[in-house]
Amino acid sequence: MNFGSMAMRRPAALHSLGNMIRLESLVVLLLLILALSLASPYFLSVSNALNILLATSVIGILGFGATFVIAAAGIDLSVGSILGFGAVTGALAVNALDLPWIIGIAVSLLAGAFCGLVNGLLTTRARVPAFIVTLGMLGVARGAALVLTNGQPVYGLPGPMVWLGQGRPFGVPVPAIIFLGVAAITHFVLSRTRFGKYALVIGDNQNAARATGIHVERHLVALYTLSGFLAGLAGLVSAARVNSGDPTAGTGYELAAITAAILGGTNLFGGRASVVGTLIGALIMGVLQNGLNLLAVSSFYQQMAIGAVLVLAVWLDQLNRGRGRA
Amino acid sequence: MSLLALKDVRMSFGPVEALRGVSFSVAEGEAVALLGDNGAGKSTLMKTITGIYRPTGGAIRFDGQDLKEKDPGEIRRLGIEMIYQDLALAREQDVASNIFLGREPTRRLLGLPIRMIDTARIEAEAETIIRRLGARVPSVRYRVGDLSGGQQQSVAIARALTFSPKLVIMDEPTAALAVREVEHVLDLVRELKRQGIAVILISHRLTDVFAVCDRVIALRQGEVVADEAVAETSMNEVVAHIVGAG
Repeated sequence: MNFGSMAMRRPAALHSLGNMIRLESLVVLLLLILALSLASPYFLSVSNALNILLATSVIGILGFGATFVIAAAGIDLSVGSILGFGAVTGALAVNALDLPWIIGIAVSLLAGAFCGLVNGLLTTRARVPAFIVTLGMLGVARGAALVLTNGQPVYGLPGPMVWLGQGRPFGVPVPAIIFLGVAAITHFVLSRTRFGKYALVIGDNQNAARATGIHVERHLVALYTLSGFLAGLAGLVSAARVNSGDPTAGTGYELAAITAAILGGTNLFGGRASVVGTLIGALIMGVLQNGLNLLAVSSFYQQMAIGAVLVLAVWLDQLNRGRGRA
Repeated sequence: MSLLALKDVRMSFGPVEALRGVSFSVAEGEAVALLGDNGAGKSTLMKTITGIYRPTGGAIRFDGQDLKEKDPGEIRRLGIEMIYQDLALAREQDVASNIFLGREPTRRLLGLPIRMIDTARIEAEAETIIRRLGARVPSVRYRVGDLSGGQQQSVAIARALTFSPKLVIMDEPTAALAVREVEHVLDLVRELKRQGIAVILISHRLTDVFAVCDRVIALRQGEVVADEAVAETSMNEVVAHIVGAG
């Protein structure tokens, strides 16, 4: 292995930018925007950009949680189901129990965080692999959402909750604001705080983390709880958008969230992760979907396109990084 | 009075007894070699001192404190640093981050009660310590995974020395190094002694041990089989202890 020449190749400034986001992802996003702008006269407009942000918001919020968990070399397959569970518990709190809207919001968020906490505790204390624990939670949380609602959506939310999904202050959809707000906060946490750095270090070298005094288990519990909390938030937003708590909401979203993170340059095996990257990754998927919709391309082809872009982005990354790295 | 004192330290992994009542002590500024064949219990012993493992019996005292209930972070803060054989570095993090790993200084964000890592300070201080050690690391912003083996070791050493330790444990620090780099590490041990910092050196290379250490402790099957001043023993005698022929 030739570490010496690798070190010489990239100047420090470019290096740190390259660490923050995967440039390939940004290039892919910009090329997509360029191509779709040329292909469709309706693509490049403020209102369509807001549409894309709105459509991407739920997957994006899940993706930020996934970014933290994957940074620490973990995996969370349960976020789609937790989204559904959060959506119905919040909706039931205000409907069946007649609680005030603020409690409904809190219930959604706490239900999500609770599921994440259980994931974290089972992973670290019971030492069941995260893949298995969260796969189990995928089933349990979804099942619980269906049981609680008899499989039927819970219609009708109070105004302030609906506003979270349908409000448009200054013309900007509230989910888009939440999406970008969560992006800003989680980006700060991941790149500037000990909490974020320790997530990355745990994923990079767990022994090093332990040897330097980082509380690995406690930290992992916090990371899974964060992922669950964000899934609860995503559940709240998606329920608010359709004014109902749908127990099947978010089915399959866990893979989209992971795809967004990986598209953005987060290493599936931990140690390297970026919230800005995940934002770009989620937008690549959103832009692709939106553009192909405008061009009246069947959604079957859209799935193929997203799959192909994922593999392409990671392949470009491998080419650029050269041999010898996972 | 000794800086570090182990008394009847025991460690079992299920039915396996890795340490069967280890007792020894290390004085301030003393360099002690810990020798033993593979599986003698050296690494386990060091991990009970640094808090990675919690001993199942006995007592470990350091600088007047009981270490038994303390976690690795607390033990580092008391002044014990260890340079691991695999260096325990985060390859994706840069040099400065690795040096300050687990002990990052923070500052408030805009005066709010939100603490962010003080990257500017970390980089400046890392720069200083790297220069003081004379390490040839091009920039503290480089990813550690991009550095050579020798440079990575410099980072691990820098991390161990940044927080004014009282005891530095080195696990096979010269095993993977070129001849000139070995000399550099041995000079470092001498320098630490001069500064009154105690060293525990785990090494298979007896010439290194005899060059810089004051005392040798030989471990066999989880027990101390020899604890002698370097001046009063010989390499042959030490080898005999290690293999159990003595």
